[in-house]
Amino acid sequence: MAVIAPARPDAEAEALLRRYTLLGRSLDFFRRKPLGTIGLIIVLVFAVAGLFAEFIAPFDPEENDFASMMFAPNLTHWLGTDQFGRDIFSRLVFGARTAMIVGFGAAVGGGIIGLVLGVTSAYFGGWFDLVLQRIFDILMAFPLIILALAVVSVFGTGVFNVVIAITIPLVPRCGRVVRASALAVREVPYVDAARALGFGHARIVLCHMVPNVVAPFLILLSAFVGQAILAEASLSYLGLGVQEPVAAWGLMLQGSAEDYATTAPWIAIFPGLAIVFTVLGASLFGDALRDAIDPKLRDR
Amino acid sequence: MHRYIITRLLLALPTLAGAAALVFILMRLIPGDVCVIRLGSGGAHLNQDALDLCHKQLGLDQPIVVQFLTYLKNLALFDFGISMWSGNPVWQEILLRLPVSLEVAILATVIAILLAIPLGTLSALKENSALDHVVRVLAIAGIATPSFWLGIMSLILVLNVSAAITGSPWLPPIDYVPLWKDPLYNLSIVLLPAITVGYRYSAVTMRLTRSAMLEVMREDYIRTARAKGLLEQIVVNRHALKNALLPVVTLIGIEFAFLIGGLVVTEQVFNLNGIGRLLVQAVQNQDNVLAQALVMLVVLVFVIVNLVVDLLYAWLDPRIRYS
Repeated sequence: MAVIAPARPDAEAEALLRRYTLLGRSLDFFRRKPLGTIGLIIVLVFAVAGLFAEFIAPFDPEENDFASMMFAPNLTHWLGTDQFGRDIFSRLVFGARTAMIVGFGAAVGGGIIGLVLGVTSAYFGGWFDLVLQRIFDILMAFPLIILALAVVSVFGTGVFNVVIAITIPLVPRCGRVVRASALAVREVPYVDAARALGFGHARIVLCHMVPNVVAPFLILLSAFVGQAILAEASLSYLGLGVQEPVAAWGLMLQGSAEDYATTAPWIAIFPGLAIVFTVLGASLFGDALRDAIDPKLRDR
Repeated sequence: MHRYIITRLLLALPTLAGAAALVFILMRLIPGDVCVIRLGSGGAHLNQDALDLCHKQLGLDQPIVVQFLTYLKNLALFDFGISMWSGNPVWQEILLRLPVSLEVAILATVIAILLAIPLGTLSALKENSALDHVVRVLAIAGIATPSFWLGIMSLILVLNVSAAITGSPWLPPIDYVPLWKDPLYNLSIVLLPAITVGYRYSAVTMRLTRSAMLEVMREDYIRTARAKGLLEQIVVNRHALKNALLPVVTLIGIEFAFLIGGLVVTEQVFNLNGIGRLLVQAVQNQDNVLAQALVMLVVLVFVIVNLVVDLLYAWLDPRIRYS
C-alpha cells in the first residue's frame, strides 16, 4: 500500500521557498558567510567612493600645490600629500574609480567572452574545440606585458585600453574552466531535446547551456575583479597603464614613491593599502560565493 | 612513457608556432623603428642613406612574409639571431640576464614550498584552530598584496632599520655576482626579491594545500589506514599528503613557469637586470629579434614545465600511467 508523505507545515514550506528567492538567498549568505559579507562591504565602499569621487574628495586630485609638498598626514590632508603637493586621500578616492572601472570592466569583459567561447568550444567539439584550445594555450603562455605594451603602443594609453590589455589574458582562463563544466552539460538530455526540436546552435548555446555553467562563471568573475585590479596597478607602476595626472593606485606607487621612502613613506603606504583592501575584499567575497554555490561545500 | 613525451612535445609545436606568429605580428603592430631609435639617439641628424643601410643590414627592407618565413626557419634551426639593438648574439644577452631571474624564481619557489606545504597541512589537520585562522589570514593577505608593493615596503623597512642601527641607510646591491663567487653578496641581492615574491606564491600554494588536505583527510582510505592502526604521522605523510600534493604540484609548476618571465615589476622595484626587464627594454627599443626570442623562451619554459608536472603526476599517483 502506498504511503503518502504528510504535507509540510505551511510555515516550513514558506521558509523553504523564501530561501530560494534572491533576497532570501542573499540574507542567508550574509548570515552564513560573515567574512564574505565583510569582503562585499569593502568592495562596495570602494565602488561607492569611486562613483561619487567628486563629492567625497576634499581636493582636486590632479592639481599641484607646491606650497604643501610632502606634508605628513594632518587634519587638512588626512593621508598627507605627495611630492607635487597633491592630496593623497583625494587621489585614492579618484583612484578607486580607475580601479573599479578596470577591475569590473576587464573581469566582466574577459569573463563574458570566455564564457561564450568556452561553452561554444564544448558544444561544437572536434576541430573547432581543438583549434580554440590551442589559441587559449598560446594566450595563457604569452607574457601579459607584451600584450599590454602592444595594446598601449597601438591604441595609446588610457583607462579603456588598459581594460582591453587586461581582458585578453582573462578570456582563456575563463574559457578553460567554463569549457570543463560545459562538457558535462553537453551530455545532458535537455540539450539533445533542444537539438531534436530543431533549435539553432546560438539558441542552444546561449539559452540552454550558458545558464547552466553560471556557477563557476560567477566564482571566476569575483576572482577576476581582484586580479584585474592587481594587474592594473602593476601596469600603471611600470608606466604602461593609466598615465599622469589621472589618479590610479599603481601610478601613485611609481618611481617617486620609492625615492621618498624615508622622507615621506605615506606616499607609498596608502595606495598600497588601498590595493590590498580592495583585492582582499574581492577575494573574501569570491571565496564565500564559491562555498555558497558549490553544493559540496554549501552546508559545511 | 617515451612515446607519451614525444607526443606531448609534438602537440606543443602548434602552441609554439602560434606564439611565434603572435609575437611577430604584435612587434610589427607597435609603431616605431629600431633604426630610427639607434641612429637618432642623442639627437643626431637622421641620414636617409644610413637608415636604408641599417634596414638592409637588419633585413627590415624585406617583405613581411619573407621576414616571417626567415624567422620561422631560424627558429626551427634554434638560431635566435643577433640583437638589433646591441649587435650581440641574442643567446649572449639572454644568458647574461637569465641567472638572476632564475635564481630569484628558484629561491622564491623554495621559500613558497617550505612555508606553504607544512603550514597548509597543519592548518588542515587542525581545522578551525587558532593556527588554522592565522594561516588562513596569512594566505589571503598574501594573495591580496601586490608583490611590488611588498618589495617597496621591505625596502623602506631595510632603509630605516639600517639607518637606525648603523647611521647610514643600506640598500641591496644591484650588480649581480653569481652565488658560487660570493654567496653572501649574492644573497644580499636576491633574498629580498625572493621573499616578497615567495610570500605571494606561498599564499596561493598554502590555500590549495589546505583545501586539498581537507578533502583527502575525509576520504575512505584515510579511515582505513587509521583502522589498520597506522601511526597518524604515517597516515598523514604517506597516505594523505602524497595524494593532496597532486594539485599543489601543478600550481607550483605553473607559478614557477610564470616567474621566469613574469618578474618584470619586482625586477623594476629592486633594480635587478633580469629577463622581465630585458623583455620590456627589447619591446621599447623595437628590438624585434630579442623580443621574439624572449617570448619564445617564456612560452617554451611554460610548455616544458607543464610536461614535467604531468610526468610528476605519475610518480606521485601510481594510478596514473602514461603510455
